[in-house]
Formats: sequence, structure tokens, C-alpha cells
Amino acid sequence: MTPGFSYRRAASIKDAVTGLSEGNGRILAGGTDLLGCLRDSVFTTDMVVSITGIKELKRIDETPGGGLSIGALATITEVSENPVIRERYPALAQAAAEVASPQLRNQGTLGGNLCQKPRCWYYRGEFHCLRKGGDRCYAVAGENHYHCIFGGKGCYIVHPSDTAPALIAYGAEATIAGPAGMRKVSLENFFVPPAKDVTKETVLEAGEIVTAIVLPPPLAGLKSFYRKIRSRQSWDFALAGVALAIRTSNGRVTDARIVLSGAAPIPWRLVDAEKALIGKVAGPDSAKHTAALSIKDAQPLKHNAYKIPLFKGMIEEEVANISQA
Amino acid sequence: MSSDEDNHACSCGKGLTRRQFLTSAGAGALIVTASGHLGKDQEVSAAVIKSGEGTKITLLINGKQFQMLVEPRWSLLHVLREELGFTATKEGCGRGECGACTVLIDGMPRYACMTLAVEAEGVEITTVEGLMRGEDLGPVQKAFVEHDAFQCGYCTPGQIMAVEGLLRKEPDPTVEQIRQGVSGNLCRCGAYTHIINAARRAAEMKKSGAV
Ligand SMILES: Cc1cc2nc3c(=O)[nH]c(=O)nc-3n(C[C@H](O)[C@H](O)[C@H](O)COP(=O)(O)OP(=O)(O)OC[C@H]3O[C@@H](n4cnc5c(N)ncnc54)[C@H](O)[C@@H]3O)c2cc1C
Ligand code: SF4
Ligand code: FES
Ligand code: FES
Repeated sequence: MTPGFSYRRAASIKDAVTGLSEGNGRILAGGTDLLGCLRDSVFTTDMVVSITGIKELKRIDETPGGGLSIGALATITEVSENPVIRERYPALAQAAAEVASPQLRNQGTLGGNLCQKPRCWYYRGEFHCLRKGGDRCYAVAGENHYHCIFGGKGCYIVHPSDTAPALIAYGAEATIAGPAGMRKVSLENFFVPPAKDVTKETVLEAGEIVTAIVLPPPLAGLKSFYRKIRSRQSWDFALAGVALAIRTSNGRVTDARIVLSGAAPIPWRLVDAEKALIGKVAGPDSAKHTAALSIKDAQPLKHNAYKIPLFKGMIEEEVANISQA
Repeated sequence: MSSDEDNHACSCGKGLTRRQFLTSAGAGALIVTASGHLGKDQEVSAAVIKSGEGTKITLLINGKQFQMLVEPRWSLLHVLREELGFTATKEGCGRGECGACTVLIDGMPRYACMTLAVEAEGVEITTVEGLMRGEDLGPVQKAFVEHDAFQCGYCTPGQIMAVEGLLRKEPDPTVEQIRQGVSGNLCRCGAYTHIINAARRAAEMKKSGAV
């Protein structure tokens, strides 16, 4: 049974922000991650603030500039099936379709998917590790098969979201409401690496909620794709995943974004590999070069070096495919 | 899943026999309905319910309204099973990992263990009991019986609801769509091949109206 908490059904965004500031409030959207965390005592809360009654957070609207605004409460199923997203932001629709199971997609929201807690089994178990305010990381010398190969410092989680890498590949932005009003943060800067603060996953401050994710208009001729490799066929988090967004002109790459899931504590953008790809002829040779560059900074732990060839192979295949598409 | 897994003994302790499944699936609602007033457009107010305190809610389950007091932390699964006696809906993991607790919410499969009861007001909830046609089994239930799509039966109500939800959305699913549709429902007995066959049969039965 879940430990007790008080419950507030917020009538508006403002009301949710107010509710959060009383005690150590937590937002409830679909509840698929929050209830799991509370049951596993990952954290406690005395006030759950439900935002599910706030209708405006459910909307998916085209923006005046030709982009798309997706309300934080849009379900993962809605994101995967929305015709505009499927047509203009296919990597996002593909990523959403790869999230968890049908039931969880019907229930889980995009906002919750971005704000979900890590899946490190020590963290989810009864270990008072660094991320929970303890004094050590249990994964670094323990069972680290599913941990990161990039960006680990003190903590070695992988970011669990499939939608985040796709959103970052499109240059999406989060709209955030808080006690001081509204602000916008590029999704790329929304996630906090452990080197900066090992106890935080996002830049959200106390009392802040994500209200929407805004996608810029897609570049003309942009090709994009999300691929996920997992160890089980039914549902599973990514062992390795890649969101690609590439544009070519006269056969040469003019824009490239490569963002990995299952690789690092935050969605991992491969800036060097992207740069090296720009100006190259799109094809098998540049794909091979990109793949080799992608993994050059990898720092595997004892049990997860298998991820290096996995990422390398996947990136090479997908960059080559997308160039030919 | 390979078919040899069909022969594994069930390892879930709370297993039900086929007869028990049919009995419990046929038992229907055990609680007399009370009349409620909350509909889909209920007013959302910033009410706070204190931890440990009960609040009166009205749930619409299988077309009937039920009024009861619930604590904020209670899951829909807890209320269905422990407060209202809809015991066909099972608890497996309590973590969104197994699908035993699958119910339909506004026609879509969701996990009752990951849904708070206070969040389930104003929506239509359907459990396996709600698929009965009077005293007869509904098409998906019938197809599961016909195709022996279970061994211990523990996962079965959840599988049936997942298939029911799939067929409401996609009346003529491909095998791949069926696999996807039941991918959030684990079967420790490994009855997957039969479950997929049952889902295909259920689609045919629904289409032809031959129930
Ligand atoms: C078995 C299982 C398998 C899964 N597999 C995958 C997978 O393969 N890929 C994947 O990407 N995800 C996976 N998930 C995670 C799942 O997608 C998330 O749980 C879901 O998207 C969270 O959405 P929610 O609306 O239910 O969030 P909630 O549980 O309601 O919230 C999650 C967290 O975010 C906070 N929050 C929610 N909304 C907001 C907001 N608008 N602003 C600020 N904070 C907010 C909450 O306070 C809470 O801490 C899996 C989960 C489970 C249980
Ligand atoms: S990897 Fe991070 S979350 Fe896991 S045990 Fe180490 S510090 Fe904790
Ligand atoms: S009991 Fe709900 S998913 Fe397992
Ligand atoms: S778990 Fe025994 S029949 Fe599925």
C-alpha cells in the first residue's frame, strides 16, 4: 500500500503552483512513475498536487509560427498517434510508440515522461545512494549492466525517457510555470548532469511545473528517425537508442542532430560527431566515420562495455539509412 | 514466445482454476449500486483531501454508479477489489509491470494499480465483469475459453481487457498489432501463442456478431 499523502486537485496552473509550495508537494499527472516511486520509498511527499483537471494542459496546438505546442498532459499514446506529429516530427511519434506498454502509454503523459525518475535499481531499491542524498554510488562497483557509458560523474544512471532525445533532435523547448511566472528552457538544457548536481534530474525549481513542450517548425527536407534497442520484446527501457535529424542539400549534409538514449544520465547529444558530419557527402563512408567518432569518449563501467559496439553499429546503420532515404 | 513454454507449470502462487475464473468472471457486481450525480463534466475545484481522511467519490463501473469513501492514496485496483468486490481484476506487481490489473478507462486499457481512485471519477471504468452479456460470456472471454488461452488464469482477466481494448480501437488487428496490444500483459505460464489465437478469434466473433 502506498504511504499516505494529502491530495489537492488543482483547478488551474496557478493553483498547482501554489499547491506545490505547501510542504514538499509533488505533481501527479498520469501517476505511472510517481506512484511507483512512492511505493518503493524512493522519496516521500505529504502533498500530491493533481494537475489532471487542468484542461489547457491537454491541448496539442499548432503555433502561429508553424511549430507545434504539446501540452504537458498529452498522453504518450496521443503523441504517438497525432497526425501532425507523425507527419512533421516522425522521430517523436516513433519514440512515443516505443515507450513502455500500451496501458502505460494511454496513461503516462509527455510532461511526466520528461520528469520521470531514473531507473537505476539501487536508486529504486533500498539503497541510500548519492542521488538520494547518501554518500556513495552503489552502481559504480556493483551491477552496472544498464548504466551509462557517457557523462557519468559520481552517478551513472541512464536517462530513462525515449521521447526526450527525439524532442532535443528537433530543438524543442519546455514552457515552465512557477512562483515567479513563466519561463522557457531549451529541452537540451532542461536535464541536469550529475557533474552539476547529482540530486537533481531537471532544472525545475521548487513550485515549478512544465506546462507545454514547443517544437519549432520542421526544417524543409529534414529527415528524422528514432530507433531503440532493448533486451526484451514486450516492454523495456532502451539499452541503446538514437534520435537522428539530418538535412542534406545536393547530397551533402547541411544540418545534423544525433541524440542518444540509454547512454548517459541525460539525453546525450553528440555534438562533435554532428559537426564532423556537416558538409560531408551523406552515405556509408560518412556514416562509418560518424559512428566511430560517436563512441570515442565512451567510458564504460565493468559490465556495460557491450553498449559501445551496440551504439556504434546502430549509429552507422541509421546514419547510412537516413542518408539514403 | 515459443510454444514449449506453454507447458511450464504456473509459478504464480495465487493461481485460479479455469472454473474459478469462469465463476468469478460471471459473478458480476456484488455491491448494490447507489445513485450518484457526478458526470464527465464534474467541477474541478481546488479541494484538498487530507492524508488518511476519506472523501466521498462516485465511480462509474460497468455502467453502474458506486458511491464510497476513499483515501487519497488508494489505487483504483484497491477500491475495485477490496472495497467493491470486483475481484476478477488481479493484483500482480503493483508497479505497472505485469498487466494483471488492466481495466478499460473510457474504453482504453490502463493499469488500475497505477491509477488513484480519486482520479477515476468522471470516467467510464470497465472490468472483466462488465464484458458479460447477461449470464453469458462476452466474445473475448469466449474466445479465451475456446482457445485454452490460459493455464493458471491469473493473468487472464488483464489479458482479456487488453484484447477488448485493442479490438475496440482496431477491430481487425494484424498479429503484430495483437502482440503489441498484449505486450503490457505478462503471462508467467507462457500461454502467449494461445492468447494471440484467442484474440484473432475474438476479432472474428465480434465482426460476425456470432457471439
Ligand atoms: C513498467 C514501466 C516501463 C516503462 N518503460 C518506459 C520506456 O520504455 N520508455 C520511457 O520513456 N518511459 C518508460 N516508462 C516511464 C513512463 O513512460 C513514465 O512513467 C510516464 O511517461 C510518466 O508519465 P506520468 O504522466 O504517468 O507521470 P507521473 O508519474 O504523474 O509523474 C512523473 C514525475 O514527473 C513529475 N511531473 C509529472 N508531470 C509534470 C509536469 N507537468 N511538470 C513537472 N513535473 C511533472 C511528477 O511529480 C513525478 O515526479 C516506463 C514506466 C514503467 C512503470
Ligand atoms: S548510479 Fe546514481 S542512482 Fe544509481 S546508485 Fe549510483 S548514485 Fe544512485
Ligand atoms: S498489478 Fe498493475 S501492472 Fe502489475
Ligand atoms: S500467468 Fe498463468 S495463465 Fe498467464
